[in-house]
Amino acid sequence: MATIKATMPGVVYRRPAPEAAPYVEEGGTVASGQTVALIEVMKNFNELSSEREGTLTRFLVEDGDEVSIGQEIAEVDG
Amino acid sequence: MTELLVHTGGLSTTVQDAGRDGHYAIGMPPSGAMDQYSFRVGNLLVGNSEGAAALEATYIGPRLEFTDTRLVAVTGADTPVTLNGEPADTWRALPVGPGDVLSLSPVTGGARPYVAVSGGIAVPEYLGSRSTYTLTGGGGLDGRKLADGDRLPLGATEVPPASGRPVPEELRPGFPEVTEARTVVGLCSYRFTHGALKSFLGEPWKVTKDADRIGYRMSGWSLDFVPREQPHGAGSGPANVVDLGYPVGSIQVPGGDEPIVLLNDAVTGGGYATIGTVVSVDRDRMAQTKTGDQVSFVSVGLEDALEARRERGERLARVRELLTA
Repeated sequence: MATIKATMPGVVYRRPAPEAAPYVEEGGTVASGQTVALIEVMKNFNELSSEREGTLTRFLVEDGDEVSIGQEIAEVDG
Repeated sequence: MTELLVHTGGLSTTVQDAGRDGHYAIGMPPSGAMDQYSFRVGNLLVGNSEGAAALEATYIGPRLEFTDTRLVAVTGADTPVTLNGEPADTWRALPVGPGDVLSLSPVTGGARPYVAVSGGIAVPEYLGSRSTYTLTGGGGLDGRKLADGDRLPLGATEVPPASGRPVPEELRPGFPEVTEARTVVGLCSYRFTHGALKSFLGEPWKVTKDADRIGYRMSGWSLDFVPREQPHGAGSGPANVVDLGYPVGSIQVPGGDEPIVLLNDAVTGGGYATIGTVVSVDRDRMAQTKTGDQVSFVSVGLEDALEARRERGERLARVRELLTA
């Protein structure tokens, strides 16, 4: 099991736009390098991606939560 | 002219020097390195003049390849650094040659690492400075942050290399849990109630996600204005005043609940009440706070502000002595 950590502080969003579907649902599969969330900081939206492929078992933060640098965002099994 | 190859630009890396002073009257903010102390020490380490152009990164630094023999130093925020994949020291001059690759990892303390290279970053001057001002796209490398694949011109190295000694711990900035920002209360503090001033100075504020080189938006408390009939030209909101110049470091309070500390790339004037001004030396500290960090504003007088500036000058003089001894 690996975790995806925030590479910068900011506000985390699980979808590319307010009306859009989430990048990935809990239990869904992710490829290496696939975007799983956005982190908004300094008026920019920065993509957060998985470093490995597998199943994204769960998110450890809520949509819209403020996160600190290095905080664990999601768990990936595989 | 030799170049620095930018493999990756990092999150938001710009060319900055000591600042573009003297153009405030035309609405041009100074820009320049946000943490002047770390920036200047970086230059001293590689044998540059203190104000030579260097790179200022935010949160995630760049990966850079050298094409000739130089000295490089990383100062500012705590950031793990590698040279050709091997861990390398920060706050110390590192000799590099053609093909060497310097890589900065995301910061572990502070917010802004500086990368100084001997000879300086030799982008053309714009209004007397090489600093990047992204809002109008002036200065630096085409007026923007670095992108992957960029090539940065480097100046000729003129001075002999520095000693290679590290800057000791006590001459590096600390990154405390709550950053103290000494503040001269004014220019529009009369617009706030006694209670508002007390809560502004009494409790720490949190840095929000809207915190960049233009300004830092803070959250935490609500600040009440003294009721009044607004004068002509001020605007109708209680936070409005008749337009005035904003000193760099001044703290405007647009809505009453989220003060904004105006920093190096901020607008130079406007019509929001300003509750105080962070002294120049402590803007170095502000620059090293990041989203989610806490800042406490401490009221000081102008004499204290000047004294703090003198102390910073002495610290720099100690670094200079140490590196040339």
